[in-house]
Amino acid sequence: MPSNPTPVVDAPSTEPEGSRHITAALTRSSSGHEDLRELESGLDSLQSDAARKHRIDWSRILLPMAALVVLVLAWQFYVSLGVKRRDLVPGPLDVLGQVGVLWGEGKLQEAVWTSLQRGLVGFLISVVVATPVGLLLAQVAPLRRAFGPLISGLQVLPSVAWVPAAIIWFGLTDGTVYFVVLMGAIPSIINGLISGVDQIPPQYRRVGTVLGASKLEMALQIVLPAALPGYLSGLKQGWAFSWRSLMAAEIIAVGGTIGFGLGSLLDQGRALSDMTVVMSAILLILAVGILIELLVFAPIEKRLLRSRGLLAGSTR
Amino acid sequence: MPVVLENLGKRFGDGAPVLDDVNANIGKGEFVALLGASGCGKSTLLNIMAGLELPTSGALEVPSDGAAFMFQDAALFPWLTARENIELALKLRGVGKAQRRVKAQELLDLVHLGGAGDKRPHELSGGMRQRVALARSLAQDRQLLLMDEPFAALDAITRDLLHDELERIWKETGRTIVFVTHNVREAVRLGQRVLLLSSRPGRVVQEWAVTEEHRTDAGLAGQLTGVITARLREEIRRHAK
Repeated sequence: MPSNPTPVVDAPSTEPEGSRHITAALTRSSSGHEDLRELESGLDSLQSDAARKHRIDWSRILLPMAALVVLVLAWQFYVSLGVKRRDLVPGPLDVLGQVGVLWGEGKLQEAVWTSLQRGLVGFLISVVVATPVGLLLAQVAPLRRAFGPLISGLQVLPSVAWVPAAIIWFGLTDGTVYFVVLMGAIPSIINGLISGVDQIPPQYRRVGTVLGASKLEMALQIVLPAALPGYLSGLKQGWAFSWRSLMAAEIIAVGGTIGFGLGSLLDQGRALSDMTVVMSAILLILAVGILIELLVFAPIEKRLLRSRGLLAGSTR
Repeated sequence: MPVVLENLGKRFGDGAPVLDDVNANIGKGEFVALLGASGCGKSTLLNIMAGLELPTSGALEVPSDGAAFMFQDAALFPWLTARENIELALKLRGVGKAQRRVKAQELLDLVHLGGAGDKRPHELSGGMRQRVALARSLAQDRQLLLMDEPFAALDAITRDLLHDELERIWKETGRTIVFVTHNVREAVRLGQRVLLLSSRPGRVVQEWAVTEEHRTDAGLAGQLTGVITARLREEIRRHAK
């Protein structure tokens, strides 16, 4: 520090009598109520960030589009080299043409709608079942010790493994499809919620206790909202598991009263050895997954993280 | 007497006692600073008074409705705004919805944050967060307020201001405050009485009264700080090997 123009009294105890006007940090540092209010509001405005405006970030839209264009061009380039027969590796235009044909026949709309509807219904049922179970397991230690490993195990078990059993129990009905979807999604939502609860800072529970929260109030007012980021990633994973399980079930279980979904379309393409249908179905399955992520989960997640100040410095 | 501690002891498992034979009386409306070096069991003592932990021996008397508690980190819930954090404390106390709104605004005004009620904790500075935490602990409406080094993590300017602020609020609300700190100057600045807790085991070894004179006369306050610091250092030196 350069020389300080105002002399500072460092050792008040050496001051002679009559030094009662001196104020240091030890005594009151402000003089009166109004002074204190002004000092505080000055400090508040110095110490808090100015609100930042949120603008549309074009790189967020343009960069993924550019990546898509590059990939399609690479695909077209590979096809034009003629390494493989055209009916084994169709080009982007062939697939696009097939999508147009499927759209014209109304098959595409039917398949997407059937699958999407099943996927969403199955996912919502899973959320309704998994949330209270997950909360209960996370809050009650003996239950968690007893069932935790089983739930983790179920998450590792590929839900396709349930398809044969489901066909035997429910036959070729929608029951089979939903059963497989639930077995895929429920464990992963439960696990997401439990790990979300595990990451709550212990201080929050102490505050809850001090504020006099009952067990139920603690679970609903403090634990659940505190675990929301973890819960949300559990939901995302749960959706991914429902969608995957649904496709597996639709590919394997075809016929009966089971409607015509994207998996059925894929299986039909395989049966007809029509690679353009197969590719169209794969791309549609991918597209639905991306759209749900972009339109549903990404905005919710972003809002959640921003409102808690967890977005600063992230690459999202 | 809202708080009476009699021969209070605490040990964790088979370890050496953390607190041993702690005796203290704290009167209604009194502001007591509990001073001690790190690891003297100050926080444990506070947790026992708050009912978060049980003593292993001795007896204590605290108000039957429990105590309000303020932590070193503000511990505000990040998913709620400043106002909602205060409203949650009121809600858990059973205050009706319409009244919560009014009361929360009153408390925000009391800590001079009337305009910042809709901000989230991460948008507030450390000092503002602690003031919201103070408002929340006042929302609990308990006679006894326990504070565990609430200003330790703040910068010096903010801390000085919050000392003034806390003193004002204490006078306006008439709470009984037990303020834990390891900072002698802070203890002298705030407390009407300073209790010195020894380390391992924690025990009240000496106490000093701080008069209104000390608050206006920096010389006198400095002298008292010197005396207490010397006694605290003596206590720490005992543990040198």
